[in-house]
Amino acid sequence: MGRLVIFLLFLVLATTSFQAQEIEVCKSCEVKTIQAAVDMAQNGDVIRIKSGTYKEHNINIIDKSLSIIGEGFPVIDAEMEGTAISIRADNFSLEGLKIINVGRSHTNDFAGILVSNSKKFEVKNNRLDQVFFGILIERSSGGLISGNKITSNAKDQATSGNGVHIWKSEEITVKSNEVIGLRDGIYLEFVNNSEIIDNFCKDNLRYGLHFMFSDHDLYKGNIFENNGAGVAVMYSKFIDMQGNQFRKNWGSASYGLLLKEITDSELKNNIFEDNTIAISADNTNRINYIENDFKNNGYAIRIRGAVYDNIFERNNFLYNSFDVAYTGRLNDNKFNNNYWSGYSGYDLDKDGIGDVPFRPVTLFSYLVNKTPEAIVLLRSIFIDLLDFSEKVSPIFTPADLMDEQPQMKRIQW
Amino acid sequence: MLKILKYSFYDLSRSRWSYVYFFFYLLLGVVLLFLNNDLSNAVITLMNVIIILVPLIGTIFGVMYFYNSREFTELLLAQPVRRSSIFLGQYLGVAISLSASLILGLGLPFIIYGLFQSGAIWDFASLLVSGVFLTFIFTAIAFNIALSNENKIKGFGLAILVWLFLAVVYDGLFLLSLVYFQDYPLDKFSLVASMLNPIDLSRILILLKLDISALLGYTGAVFKQFFGTNLGAFTSVLVLILWVIFPVWRIKSIAAKKDF
Repeated sequence: MGRLVIFLLFLVLATTSFQAQEIEVCKSCEVKTIQAAVDMAQNGDVIRIKSGTYKEHNINIIDKSLSIIGEGFPVIDAEMEGTAISIRADNFSLEGLKIINVGRSHTNDFAGILVSNSKKFEVKNNRLDQVFFGILIERSSGGLISGNKITSNAKDQATSGNGVHIWKSEEITVKSNEVIGLRDGIYLEFVNNSEIIDNFCKDNLRYGLHFMFSDHDLYKGNIFENNGAGVAVMYSKFIDMQGNQFRKNWGSASYGLLLKEITDSELKNNIFEDNTIAISADNTNRINYIENDFKNNGYAIRIRGAVYDNIFERNNFLYNSFDVAYTGRLNDNKFNNNYWSGYSGYDLDKDGIGDVPFRPVTLFSYLVNKTPEAIVLLRSIFIDLLDFSEKVSPIFTPADLMDEQPQMKRIQW
Repeated sequence: MLKILKYSFYDLSRSRWSYVYFFFYLLLGVVLLFLNNDLSNAVITLMNVIIILVPLIGTIFGVMYFYNSREFTELLLAQPVRRSSIFLGQYLGVAISLSASLILGLGLPFIIYGLFQSGAIWDFASLLVSGVFLTFIFTAIAFNIALSNENKIKGFGLAILVWLFLAVVYDGLFLLSLVYFQDYPLDKFSLVASMLNPIDLSRILILLKLDISALLGYTGAVFKQFFGTNLGAFTSVLVLILWVIFPVWRIKSIAAKKDF
């Protein structure tokens, strides 16, 4: 009876094409495939997909503002052939779908959900599994991608894709997604004024989050764990990095955060824990590092060269093998008011600031930067003696590279 | 030889110093685990101790024992016993009792802390194996020095000097040559140079087993590639064995010729 009513309603609505109507898709419904529903639908319609498995690929939505809602996570199985859903439209939303088995290719970027030339869209709460690219956005603006869970089993970089891949877009918000086991977790290229918030990227082959040529972006509250490198920010400017956690990016070529050719940015309240190299900075100008925690890393900060006007203030450096590795001259970089667990000075006037400056670059880390092979002497007694004598009277390490006001207590922020 | 070995071993196991040595390691193990509560971190700290102290104690103890038991040795020489078995017996007695103190002293606290349930067991095993090798090597060197020098002060001085050279100065020269020749490819050189010194070799073998090896970066990768293969493992054990065999052979040949 209920179904009949809906059907009648549907007929009535179908005749009055100005009003939004709802199309149901299920195995026993009138409309059995998603593509058919899409073809039938008009602007503003809602397509409800009931649970079940739909073996479809290359579902095309062109110039129709639809909202597609999956109920009970209907499975769209692309059977390893091509893209599952591709959309070119404004004002649409896609919600509650489960997309699996997206095809792999060396020449095409097949994706679970492909959005191109679109405005104002939402991709919410979908689950993608065994995908090549997860969600691929091109030349679009004003989108929200949130609550999606993307998993795959990337084995090598050449045959795997990115979780959320955004290219040449603006004002996109990527929020509360989970990306596990792809090449790059989230990849941005030519993406401006966008926000990456509260995502969780784990076990990705290359980077958790990757910026290329993207400006004026914010990423905040994300967790990057056990990726090839946590985050890579390259050739970008005005990037705001706040409250992220970089954990366990451990391996001989792993980084927590890789900065290359980036300017005018700020890092605040981030936590770096158990990374081989927490931050590697190469060619970075005017970056402020404020109130970050560096804990149990191999290197906390590794400065490679052509680095100007970087300011390190009120950070906690806790039990890293090397706090700072440095090449070249000081170049207006400043270390001030940080807490260093390796600091052994005293505070006679009890103002909370150590009376003797702290030199974060040990002679050994200086030597290793010049002659990488010297690292084989790690933890040898001779090196400990050398570091000690250099600490007492610096000869080789940059004499002006020091924290004039090292804090006596860990900074609470 | 076995009889003399047994005698030396019992003699040493009744001596105060073996117990001091044993309790020192016991205390070290307990304190480390108490402070760290983490087996793999404790292994790293222990490594630092082992590569410094084990050679030092082996050297000093070896020289001391040889000089102290000189009268007894002379008594034995008057008996119809082969010279080589007298000295080898004494050497093995010292080396084995030192190794036993090391293994028991460190092993007990770790076993109580649940070593067998932990993944660190292989790291710990490689630590002990290199510790035992270092004991055998440095005791043999000590016997060599003591045999060649009648003068006790000179013998002690030389023993300390040898230890200082291998533990500290060698690394200094190594580093100097790395810095001096930094324009050349140095992977092979550093590989060979660290294999030649038993202390460096043990340090690298232990480091490569631990997480910290990721810090070694590119050079570490070269090392890992070498030591990870059968050839590498075989070569490094061979080098350690040669470091034992050569001084022992020299003990034998000096002892056979020496006038007492």
